[in-house]
Amino acid sequence: MKVLVAVKRVVDYAVKVRVTPTGVDLNNVKMSMNPFCEIAVEESIRLKEQKLATEVIAVSIGPKQAQETLRTALAMGCDRGIHIETDMRLDQDLQPLAVAKLLAKIVEEEKPEIVVLGKQSIDSDACQTGGFLAGLLNYPQATFASKLTIADKKATVTRETDAGVETLECPLPAVLTADLRLNQPRYATLPNIMKAKKKPIATKSIADLGVDVTPRITTVKVENPATRKAGILVPDVDTLVEKLKNEASVI
Amino acid sequence: MFHTPLRALSKLSAARFASTLVVAEHAGQKLTGGTLSAITAASKIGGDITVLVSGSNTAAIAQEAAAVQGVKAVLHADSAQYDHAIAEEVTNLVAAVQAASSFSHILAPSSNISKNFVPRLGATLDVAPLTDVLAVVDETTFQRPMYAGNAIATVTSSDAVKLMTIRPTGFEKAAATGGSASVSAAPTAAPANLTKFVSEETSSSDRPDLASARVVVSGGRGMKSGENFAMLNTLADKLKGAVGASRAAVDAGFVPNELQVGQTGKVVAPELYIAVGISGAIQHLAGMKDSKTIVAINKDGEAPIFQVSDYGLVDDLFKVVPELTEKI
Repeated sequence: MKVLVAVKRVVDYAVKVRVTPTGVDLNNVKMSMNPFCEIAVEESIRLKEQKLATEVIAVSIGPKQAQETLRTALAMGCDRGIHIETDMRLDQDLQPLAVAKLLAKIVEEEKPEIVVLGKQSIDSDACQTGGFLAGLLNYPQATFASKLTIADKKATVTRETDAGVETLECPLPAVLTADLRLNQPRYATLPNIMKAKKKPIATKSIADLGVDVTPRITTVKVENPATRKAGILVPDVDTLVEKLKNEASVI
Repeated sequence: MFHTPLRALSKLSAARFASTLVVAEHAGQKLTGGTLSAITAASKIGGDITVLVSGSNTAAIAQEAAAVQGVKAVLHADSAQYDHAIAEEVTNLVAAVQAASSFSHILAPSSNISKNFVPRLGATLDVAPLTDVLAVVDETTFQRPMYAGNAIATVTSSDAVKLMTIRPTGFEKAAATGGSASVSAAPTAAPANLTKFVSEETSSSDRPDLASARVVVSGGRGMKSGENFAMLNTLADKLKGAVGASRAAVDAGFVPNELQVGQTGKVVAPELYIAVGISGAIQHLAGMKDSKTIVAINKDGEAPIFQVSDYGLVDDLFKVVPELTEKI
């Protein structure tokens, strides 16, 4: 069984972003693999360790530096990488619909039994690519997965819902998106980072894949959210209760 | 000098042609608050509003939707096929409704349900949805958050159908009475039969729904254990509020995942948010910083939560929370 895992390079989750009118400033900002993608990679590698998967292919779409993200995935344990190169901004210009169409082309070429993605990227927060991809391929989908079991060509997936968790069963091939609680991603060790340098990464262009990536959504402007007025520290519970009653009038 | 009347005219003609479908959510008994907020968002777009209610034994919910102010028509798909909101089935249903009626806008309240089916529907209709719309500027222009709410993007969609999920905290709830819509059967859709529902586990609670509660009391890693959340339950009950949690508290197994507030959990904007033992990471603030009044109780005076709190108390929560419960 082949597994395809999609990974995205995003601004590191701990960075406080700087907003400019045309978009968040990405110059000289620390970039990392999207946290949900790390979880997707970890789950894919675990499928290999369970001898369910024979090969794990990591794919990333982005600028040259997206290769670093792919190397990270390879160092974690993926077998080879596919890099679809583009200079479009990944947080606003190259949009989930286009990404899913590109990934669908790779799925047609590679024919994996399972495609694993993160549930959302922490830059655009769209939460769409996995569902798009499943829809384009007409594969079953299991999003927000917190547990995955594969047996008899079927995936049994526990999903995080608004009210708790639910379990679904779907035939393979299928698309899965990872929630935070699916697993704890491993750190790549130095020897594995060295080995990852020898693993192959194939480079493709968007033109090779024949996908129209024209944005459907145009960003008019980007702004800072409204700032809150400065608060105060209160010395004790009595003052707090008094302020909530008389100043904020919320209790 | 021609700008103002021209713009008014184009807005008028646009409103005349807009027609919006709101895909309702319910937990088996009544419409969610998010659905009522999505109806308000639809009224800001202009044009007729149709609400789609699906699931078995939902006649009462369809009637409830028909009574909501501003709703023109209700489509009702009373079938077990739509129970559990399986993405493949809901997508087929909404696609069949859209094929029959060609709405200009399709809205659903932001939730795990809509984030599950809306992208799939986008693939079926070949349109790019907008996630978590906070504000309607005009019928093609909307505002949505990015980067955990640290950037607000104004975007326009060039798609023929505007498909979007609506962040409930961005819009007031539509009035539950005052409407007199007609209820008719929704077009039938072929079952997808790709994915099978097996089971679910939900925690029942008498407390108000976290997403729409007036007061939310949330605990973080500082709570130290699941048992200690009893303290927050008592405080929440006294304030008739809901209990929430940070990711750290969920990951540590103190409370179940559906209580998580933040970028990847629920987004809340209550009148009063009390953060107890929560440091205030970017990802948590994304889910609560639009609350009207924020109270932080933390023994670490340097915790980032104090930068967004209106009232901060630097002290041991195990001492403060019982005292607060008693004095409120």
